[in-house]
Amino acid sequence: MSATSARPSHAAQPSGSAFILKKALISAAVALVLFSLMIGIRTEAGPQGGLIYWTRFGDLAALVGTVFGGSIIIELLRQWWGPIDTDHIVPKPVQAAMSFAGRWLAPALLVFAFLVPVIFYNQRYILDLSILVLTYVMLGWGLNVVVGLAGLLDLGYVAFYAVGAYSYALLATNFGLSFWVCLPLAGILAAFWGVLLGFPVLRLRGDYLAIVTLAFGEIIRLVIINWQSLTGGPNGVSGIPRPTLFGIPLDNSDDGLAAKLGIDFSPTHRIVFLFYLILAMALLTNWVTIRLRRLPIGRAWEALREDEVACRALGINVTTTKLTAFATGAMFGGFAGAFFATRQGFISPESFTFQESALVLAIVVLGGMGSQLGVALAALTMIGGFELFRGFDQYRMLVFGIAMVLLMIWRPRGLIGHRAPTVYLERNQAISSDLVKEGHG
Amino acid sequence: MSGDPILTVDRLMMRFGGIVAVNALSFAAERRKITALIGPNGAGKTTVFNCITGFYRPSGGAIRLAHDDGRTMQLERLGDFRITKQAKVARTFQNIRLFPGMTALENLMVAQHNALMRASGLTLLGLLGLPSWREAEQRAIELARTWLDRVGLLSRADDAAGNLAYGDQRRLEIARAMCTEPVLLCLDEPAAGLNARESGGLNELLLSIRNEQGTSILLIEHDMSVVMEISDHVVVMDYGVKIAEGSPQAVRDDPKVIAAYLGADEEEAIAVMESGT
Ligand SMILES: Nc1ncnc2c1ncn2[C@@H]1O[C@H](COP(=O)(O)OP(=O)(O)OP(=O)(O)O)[C@@H](O)[C@H]1O
Ligand SMILES: [Mg+2]
Repeated sequence: MSATSARPSHAAQPSGSAFILKKALISAAVALVLFSLMIGIRTEAGPQGGLIYWTRFGDLAALVGTVFGGSIIIELLRQWWGPIDTDHIVPKPVQAAMSFAGRWLAPALLVFAFLVPVIFYNQRYILDLSILVLTYVMLGWGLNVVVGLAGLLDLGYVAFYAVGAYSYALLATNFGLSFWVCLPLAGILAAFWGVLLGFPVLRLRGDYLAIVTLAFGEIIRLVIINWQSLTGGPNGVSGIPRPTLFGIPLDNSDDGLAAKLGIDFSPTHRIVFLFYLILAMALLTNWVTIRLRRLPIGRAWEALREDEVACRALGINVTTTKLTAFATGAMFGGFAGAFFATRQGFISPESFTFQESALVLAIVVLGGMGSQLGVALAALTMIGGFELFRGFDQYRMLVFGIAMVLLMIWRPRGLIGHRAPTVYLERNQAISSDLVKEGHG
Repeated sequence: MSGDPILTVDRLMMRFGGIVAVNALSFAAERRKITALIGPNGAGKTTVFNCITGFYRPSGGAIRLAHDDGRTMQLERLGDFRITKQAKVARTFQNIRLFPGMTALENLMVAQHNALMRASGLTLLGLLGLPSWREAEQRAIELARTWLDRVGLLSRADDAAGNLAYGDQRRLEIARAMCTEPVLLCLDEPAAGLNARESGGLNELLLSIRNEQGTSILLIEHDMSVVMEISDHVVVMDYGVKIAEGSPQAVRDDPKVIAAYLGADEEEAIAVMESGT
């Protein structure tokens, strides 16, 4: 029996105009019910304090019509584009594109990243944006260990980011420890919190795990807000020391870097330094993750995502394996948090809302769970794209949301959904995303 | 039963609420022998496996494993992954449980997790890429290659396990279990869904595992041709209790066994009676 004959058929999806029409009609009906009160009737407090209302059936009709038309268009688009991998075997052109991307895209991006401060030296805005993108690349790579490799849905990743940021901020402001001492400490503390959270939580699965991690993220934020004596509460921590180049500050003082090198001081020096700092940290995250994937622990993470019961039958301690994934992801989150604190010089609980967790998770999912390059591309798309849509003003969120939805219809398993094997005998061929499990807990 | 049992199941009980799935079952599996556990559907065979391999905690009774060096282990107290890690009991599943998104080779590498973790110094030495780790990894790959070769899947080593044909997946699961280097291999219906040629190949594979590796095998099987041909000893269960045991021939001619199968499913009874004749 050949491998292709074992695959289930994907042709079962209904198509045809009747189906599309039916679907569009249902959508329109739902829209009608939903919006008839919200849009169809408008109420307002009248001059006498009584309630006056008027109807807006024209607007309602337009909206329902839009939903109807939009539904048809989306269904048509879906059938034309289709999900790219309807085949269990990665098609040859995709394989070729993959290996091309793997061989050239990643190094090209890397070279470009190194050159960004050179090319855009005078464009502060772009440098700041690049630093932001790289911070999210690093966060994405960190969360990728938990969600992409181990398949544990973590909705509270921002908690570890916060722990890292506050660790550095408090250690530096209270004890005068330098950034380079605090950086590992921040990572260790975040990992410690990861383990602490992990112990009670990791026997939960799927949705339950997601909810508990979500709650944990909120708890950390609330603790930070309410523990005023330590964290300064909603006022945050200010005056966080800037990083130094191995003890040499990057300011215009007499023993600053500029003075030592005998060049004119410019605030851009610090920005460029921060850029290379976060680039180095992100690359370290990437390097460690890539190596871990090829070590037994990384393989066990992926095996856990594929089938937890089988892992137990092979003598793998599922609990510690999950904990290590959680702790590793948390540690990278902590590093990123420390960087965030030193870059901003000021942190407050507002920077660590659920929105951040959601954004990082979106980056991982959009990138294709488990793919390092995909996550980097997704961070670039999400953060960069978000800036790109700045011109759309109040429609920014809307346009961005639509772009995301379209992207996910086009590539339901993320930008790079294929999985590269960690070891091979003869052929290093990518594994189609249909076979790779997303994990269940 | 005389001889040198590797596994002794003593008055094993397993209740699920009101259901008694396994009721005071006692049997022994001989070292370096193939012991078959048969019985009609719902007899409780898989439940026995789940108790032996720590997926269920028995409601009562004892399961003893005696290693070659004389150490004995109480499996019902060990529980969970330790049964494979420390007691060296490996299993396969009635409905295959491979890692479908990983290659055949990777599946076998995951099976060597514990040995490789030790070799990688709990990841730290491996992270630095020390030569000792690289040698250990190379040895692991060689072991995986050997097993891929033995189950005839060497050419599919770099294909995703989920892409393999059904029979190939069954054999890969056995190879994966063997990569944990077990002393006792528990196979839950390994011949299910195989055609005659494939099941013949399976017989040879199991015999070679017993003869060359010296691994004891405990086998659940519905396919009587497999049971009759390769097993050294057969234990028959029905409704959670043992109704007969003995050599394949003796069991096949036992009226109680025939009655149990007749009561459950006529076709199976005929299969029992006709096989070997
Ligand atoms: N987790 C469980 N909870 C409740 N009942 C269970 C559970 N596992 C098994 N049982 C019951 O125990 C009995 C024996 O089931 P088991 O799966 O062990 O049978 P089996 O001999 O393996 O059958 P088959 O040949 O169909 O695989 C069945 O009645 C089943 O419903
Ligand atoms: Mg069964």
